[in-house]
Amino acid sequence: MNRFILIAALALASFAAQASSGGETLEPANTNIRSKASLINGAKYFMAYCAGCHSLQYQRYNRMAKDLGLTEDELKKYLIFTGAKPTDTIQTAMTPEQGEKFFGKAPPDLTVIAKARGVDWLYSYLLGFYADPERPIGWNNQVFPNASMPHVLWRLEGIKVAEFETHTDDHGIETRTLAHFKKVREGVMDEEEYRRTVRDIVNFLDYTGEPAQLIRMRLAPWVLLFLVVFTFLAYLLKREYFKDVH
Amino acid sequence: MGKAASKNMAGRLLGWMDERLPVTEFWNKHLAEYYAPKNFNFWYFFGSLALLMLVNQILTGIWLAMHYKPDANQAFGLIEYIMRDVPWGWLIRYLHTTGASMFFVVVYLHMFRAFLYGSYKKPRELVWIIGMLIYVALMAEAFLGYVLPWGNMSYWGAKVITSLFGVIPGYGEQIVEWVRGDYLISDATLNRFFALHVVLIPFVLVFLVILHLAALHQVGSNNPDGVDIKKLKDENDKPLDGIPFHPYYTVKDIFGVGFFLIIFMGIILLKPDLGGLFLEHDNYVPANPMVTPEHIKPVWYFTPFYAMLRAIPDPLWGAVVMFSAIIVLFFLPWIDVSPVRSIRYRKWPYKVALAIFTISFVGLGYLGLQSGSALQKLMAQIFTVLYFGYFVFLYFYSRYEAKHHYYKPIPERVTH
Repeated sequence: MNRFILIAALALASFAAQASSGGETLEPANTNIRSKASLINGAKYFMAYCAGCHSLQYQRYNRMAKDLGLTEDELKKYLIFTGAKPTDTIQTAMTPEQGEKFFGKAPPDLTVIAKARGVDWLYSYLLGFYADPERPIGWNNQVFPNASMPHVLWRLEGIKVAEFETHTDDHGIETRTLAHFKKVREGVMDEEEYRRTVRDIVNFLDYTGEPAQLIRMRLAPWVLLFLVVFTFLAYLLKREYFKDVH
Repeated sequence: MGKAASKNMAGRLLGWMDERLPVTEFWNKHLAEYYAPKNFNFWYFFGSLALLMLVNQILTGIWLAMHYKPDANQAFGLIEYIMRDVPWGWLIRYLHTTGASMFFVVVYLHMFRAFLYGSYKKPRELVWIIGMLIYVALMAEAFLGYVLPWGNMSYWGAKVITSLFGVIPGYGEQIVEWVRGDYLISDATLNRFFALHVVLIPFVLVFLVILHLAALHQVGSNNPDGVDIKKLKDENDKPLDGIPFHPYYTVKDIFGVGFFLIIFMGIILLKPDLGGLFLEHDNYVPANPMVTPEHIKPVWYFTPFYAMLRAIPDPLWGAVVMFSAIIVLFFLPWIDVSPVRSIRYRKWPYKVALAIFTISFVGLGYLGLQSGSALQKLMAQIFTVLYFGYFVFLYFYSRYEAKHHYYKPIPERVTH
């Protein structure tokens, strides 16, 4: 019998391992959804740098304010840059047609992007921009090669260029891989500050992907505590009844 | 007035009811005087848990349907609307999505119990066959429901699965078109899948579950020893090794439910998509007929069969093998004709065979989630052969067991 339980446990473990493996070499984002300061900072940068092109069409301004612990006045003053009402969802002024014209592909809505891509991918993506004169838009990305998005945060980070290495394998086929970045222009932030800002933006997107995660994680310990006590009492009751079964 | 009077009132009401509807008779037949073997173990929790999950799916499904519309332009956004703007909508939705996966977890464990203790054998063949029909209906229900959020994996999953009908020689294309209601997966497909998901299949499921229980209560429950408790009865004609289902097993199942809910609610509250296993990442991208997901794969509970489909190079034969893997299970009561039910009294060859079968099934499930390298394909082929090999082995082995009494001594009464 124990053997079968062991097999079941191993099967579950292999499922879990499968579920957690991502594949590429992404940098861990190490975001903290519980940090209000980080979420507010992320929201601020998102509204200033991203919301011009990317909507958050399922996220309401006032829900965001409530979850981030901001008053309506603070919301209007710091986070609403358009004529939107607090009850509106976060839309962008740019139409999909304009987006397609400007970038070749309309910038996607980002409400649930963290659910689709994962925070590590977003973090690495935002760190992966480099100047590339061969691209029509002048930028390229290490994580998402030939992405049509320009490096909108370049003033903050500065400008990097990529240096490549060429490998020749046994069959004589040459492959070019990105070896490292070289900074050619300083930004207004240093490396650490820039990483922190990107982390906050990613954290904010993790929040918009599922605002309810704040509630469910707050509820979890209490619900589970109740269930553990309930199950224990149910066990005692079961034991009491089964005393007469021999 | 007082307790006695109110009890009298209730008693009179019940009497009035009983003359018109067999309330007490039903209660006694299926609960208070339904004698179940006293030695049920861990594996016997999953039947009642499956029933709990069915009720959970129906109730949360009703509330989801109050806020959802099967409209290709709105469906994806409506899921987000439920997750954000509907009060407790996120909880209702996670109860439904996690509930679907956990339904399969308990059903797979419930079915495995039948393998362990030979619960599909005479006289429970119909219990088993009706159970298999429930399993097939449940797979249809899960597939249809998976399409409703209209994410990109919903779309491409629906496309791949409906294409399976295309391998039918001669009429494939027409059948695919008939199932989809269009030349491709479209709004028409979403509409009909919604109708089937919320009306037809739930009806079928509930009907089959009633039959499953009726058939079970007709012949009585098996147990970990596989011995027949009806053979030995006391002076009141009650089985010596039986106890009334109520209150003994109702109370025990409440404990099982509590234990299960800790896991269930833990997943819902801490990791509802279970790292992409219960809710896939690609389904957070809206359906897009122009962009194929990097790696199309079904949800975990279908992956053993999906791995078989991919392991066979020819699509027609792949589909035949995949469907055979399910159909062969229906014949289990006649494949395994051994007089011994429980694994406890069968000898080592059976234990080894069942272990290999289990590893193959779980292994196929794992491989079905992978991208499918050459090595993985080979492994899937080996596991597919082992999966079917189990039934071939059992066909001959059980006949050998019966002929040569090749098994351990079976006790008269249940042990533990």
